[in-house]
Amino acid sequence: MDSQKEALLNYCIALGDDSLTLGHRLSEWCRNGPFLEEDLALTNVSLDFIGRARMLYSYAAEIEGRGRGEDDIAYLRDCREYRNYLINELPNGDFAFTMARQLMIDAFDVGFYEELKQSADEMLAAIAAKAIKESRYHLRRSEDWIKRLGDGTDESHERTQNAFDQLWGYAAEMFEMATDEQQLVDAGVAVDRSALKSDWTSTMHSVLKQATLDIPAEDWAIGGGREGNHTEHLGYLLTELQYLQRTYPGQLW
Amino acid sequence: MVTMSDKTETAHLFELLSSVTDPEIPVLTLQDLGVLRDISVDNGEVTITITPTYAGCPAMQTMQTDIEKALQDAGYQQIKVKQSLSPAWSTDWMTQNGREKLRAYGIAPPLKTACDQSSGSIECPQCNSSEVKRISEFGSTACKALYQCRDCLEPFDYFKCI
Repeated sequence: MDSQKEALLNYCIALGDDSLTLGHRLSEWCRNGPFLEEDLALTNVSLDFIGRARMLYSYAAEIEGRGRGEDDIAYLRDCREYRNYLINELPNGDFAFTMARQLMIDAFDVGFYEELKQSADEMLAAIAAKAIKESRYHLRRSEDWIKRLGDGTDESHERTQNAFDQLWGYAAEMFEMATDEQQLVDAGVAVDRSALKSDWTSTMHSVLKQATLDIPAEDWAIGGGREGNHTEHLGYLLTELQYLQRTYPGQLW
Repeated sequence: MVTMSDKTETAHLFELLSSVTDPEIPVLTLQDLGVLRDISVDNGEVTITITPTYAGCPAMQTMQTDIEKALQDAGYQQIKVKQSLSPAWSTDWMTQNGREKLRAYGIAPPLKTACDQSSGSIECPQCNSSEVKRISEFGSTACKALYQCRDCLEPFDYFKCI
């Protein structure tokens, strides 16, 4: 496999991993939502992310051409082989934490998939065209919630502020390019993520301001997901996600 | 080369597939939804092109199986159902007939010109009032949002614009 093809394979898997880990986290809200409508919303958003992961993994499997399928990629890789940003794998915390993370990711995804739509790679462009529509809708909802929570009661304000304080440093790696990513950017296939930061920052500032929340200081940052270095939480997540395939190898629906 | 008989056969296939409906909204056919994009016949092999509504919509698999079954029942042997992602599905592709059927079924149809809120207002499918409020961005499935009518007080699903 030539180096660009391999970089593309890694790129699709990493994007799929972002979607799958977040989709799985959101699915954990099923029957735990704060009220029925929100329970449905969280799980519907979860489905959007899992669907996105399926498209990306299927495409990765096709690029690889070694007979692996989307399920093998999702179920038969261990932590170190997962390439998602750490923010996606963090436990849900309370509803404020879940929605604060969602806002950070949705604001990123809207900028990212808008650019990826222009990809020279037809399949990635098509997946992005599908994803951007969903992400715009997700962003509208997460913005709404953050404004309601931040500008809500003393308790909801405090919890939402705490959530952003705890999450802020996880944003950094969304804008750091992985080692083999630049050649894809040069080929017009991938998005230069470092260029997305200023738009993301201004969206966050505008929403947090309307939500009467303080912008956390950028005095710490954590990363490593794209290199396969994860928090301890990913192992627990995969234990549940992969249980069935690990216990009954090759089991199909 | 497309011969006359191929054209007739394609029309026949479209007719056959008009019996296949959305498993979650059974009043809508795949044509009404705008999910059925193309039908082609090549050397006896039928290729059906569909486009997914939402990336994670669990109904897509059922639709695919239902298409295969409808064609097999009509005697077709070689069937391929292809998913096409581009151009991305839009509620603008829903037919006028489909919109009417949705309304009669109790679901407010999507506004035209995807998500342009100025192009009209959402109306209660029960009493046609436009005095409605949104309860949740999502309803019973990914493609719907939950609304309530302020006049007749009935809660209803709105097939959201995308």
